[in-house]
Amino acid sequence: MATNTQKVGHILEFEHPIIELDAKIEELENFAETTEMDLTGQISQMRSRSEELKKEIFLNLSAWQRVMVARHPARPVFSDYLSMLFTDVVELHGDYVTGNDGAMFTGFGTIGEERCVIVGHRKGKTTKERIACNFGCANPEGYRKALAKMKLAAKFGLPIVTFIDTPGAFPGIEAERKGQAFAIARNLLEMARLNTPVICVVIGEGGSGGALGIGVGDRILMLEHSYYSVISPEGCATILWKSAEFASSAANILKLTAKDLKVFGIIDEILDEPAGGAHSNHMDTIKTVREAILRGFSDFKDLSREELLDHRYKRHRKIGVYLDEAERRIAQGANGNGVEDLLRDESSDNLDLGSQAE
Amino acid sequence: MSYGFKRIRFRKKREMPGGLWLLCPGCESMQYKRAVEEQFQVCPECTFHFEIPADQRISMLLDEDSFEESNEDLCPLDPLRFKAKKAYKDRLVRAQDVTGLNDACITGTGRLDGTEVVIGVSDSRFLRGSMGSVVGEKITRAIELATEKGFPFIFISGSGGGARMDEGALSLMQMAKTSVALARLDDAGGLFISVLTNPTMGGCMASFAALGDIILAEPRALLGFAGPEVIRQTVREDLPEGFQTSEFLLDHGFLDMIVHRADLKGRLSQLLNYCRIKPRKEVVA
Repeated sequence: MATNTQKVGHILEFEHPIIELDAKIEELENFAETTEMDLTGQISQMRSRSEELKKEIFLNLSAWQRVMVARHPARPVFSDYLSMLFTDVVELHGDYVTGNDGAMFTGFGTIGEERCVIVGHRKGKTTKERIACNFGCANPEGYRKALAKMKLAAKFGLPIVTFIDTPGAFPGIEAERKGQAFAIARNLLEMARLNTPVICVVIGEGGSGGALGIGVGDRILMLEHSYYSVISPEGCATILWKSAEFASSAANILKLTAKDLKVFGIIDEILDEPAGGAHSNHMDTIKTVREAILRGFSDFKDLSREELLDHRYKRHRKIGVYLDEAERRIAQGANGNGVEDLLRDESSDNLDLGSQAE
Repeated sequence: MSYGFKRIRFRKKREMPGGLWLLCPGCESMQYKRAVEEQFQVCPECTFHFEIPADQRISMLLDEDSFEESNEDLCPLDPLRFKAKKAYKDRLVRAQDVTGLNDACITGTGRLDGTEVVIGVSDSRFLRGSMGSVVGEKITRAIELATEKGFPFIFISGSGGGARMDEGALSLMQMAKTSVALARLDDAGGLFISVLTNPTMGGCMASFAALGDIILAEPRALLGFAGPEVIRQTVREDLPEGFQTSEFLLDHGFLDMIVHRADLKGRLSQLLNYCRIKPRKEVVA
């Protein structure tokens, strides 16, 4: 089983009951083998108990626990998706301005029958790779490279898929010198008018502007245990409690899980992870992502330029929760509705304000 | 039940330290308050530009009585029910009391030396000028109005807070919302002049504020993506002198010019005269 391949150091606290049960199953299997006793019944019973346990634990994870799953060292990263989803890959390195960013991959690839352009945050797996990828924190050249290749995609009518997995854009001296804010901002604007389908998948960490810099598209998908946030839980905790140790509390109030973001209309689809999380079963996770990407490509393939860009505009345009007093007064004048009614109306729209009631 | 947090009356209350004297953070000298006021809230000694309230900024730039505010009725909500030591809603109410504003920006239309413009100003006194749903929505509506009317769009940013943490990813997405609206303005041949003031950071700098056809800044403003403290902790070295200032950005090619506050209206007027928007209905691909 895949879980057995995990290194001990990578076991998250809440996974212990699962690991213990799996160890018992393994013990029993070995025992059955050496003694040639037939324990198939017991073993299969324990296996299904283990599956149930996994489901139960992973269904009820707190926001902070999900952040830990999203950062799990054994979680599939961009390079796993690249090698398992795409054939005929050609990496393109140039941003044509200042440098080649190891934290950002761009290039051509074929998924199923579909030729496309791939953009993704690269985190690396070994320490050496992680350093080369700057731990997934891209610099301005990364965002510029991404934009250059996305424009290339639009020019040749190739759909784009972006894989988002970054703690955030790099906060460094050089990054500021080269215009980190300007590079990200430019991507947001230009991605809005790329005349080709753009599918974005949050596969791990959706770290603020660094994530959004390759995250404007026609459909935003998110793996169940990934997170997407305006600020890292540690950063938020430092501001609110003057200490990163309160990251778990911060994660819980930031509403950064896939489920929360779906309620706010920020993402379009939650991609279920296997029981036990993506790190317990790479194959099934990647298969789910593959199907969602292909579905996205096919759903947007036949739209005209106007339809495509209009849909993308409206998709981002509608996000936000506020109260329009002028509208409220008009509504009140017209049919005597109070604020409560209006909020209820809004809640049926794209968020459930009712559940936020105190 | 969550209600909108709103001010019933528009209270014009200036947040200024009491007394006749001001301590200038730029040169750490005491300045006579009246003298600073006469210089458009600029220190006569070192030209440090004090942060100024949004309504004051507008009256400084637009022709007298030409400003018409739009969407002033948009009020913030507390969609995350965000609460740590202090609750977001309490901080909102307090900021509203201090500033007399519903949220951190004012938008509307007016004339600048006779040219009709759509204008927006963020107010750094309101939760550090940060962008939540209301600010994002007001900026987007202003951009859409400029696109529809064929008016130039001018935005004066002052936001040390960037994307407002208290509204979570909803704030983050206002970066995308304002930027996609600017793409449409650009496609329609519109003009956007972005004016950066102290401080403009994070999510505001990394979205609309960086997307002007022309970008100006006031002298010695703090402008950048990551906060200086975050950078210092990440790279564990001292930051260079003048790092992330207007002058730094100008040197690195990210600004068109640095403009003293007293000259801002004149400069904008000059630029508007050169970049006249061609009337065109159909967008050419």
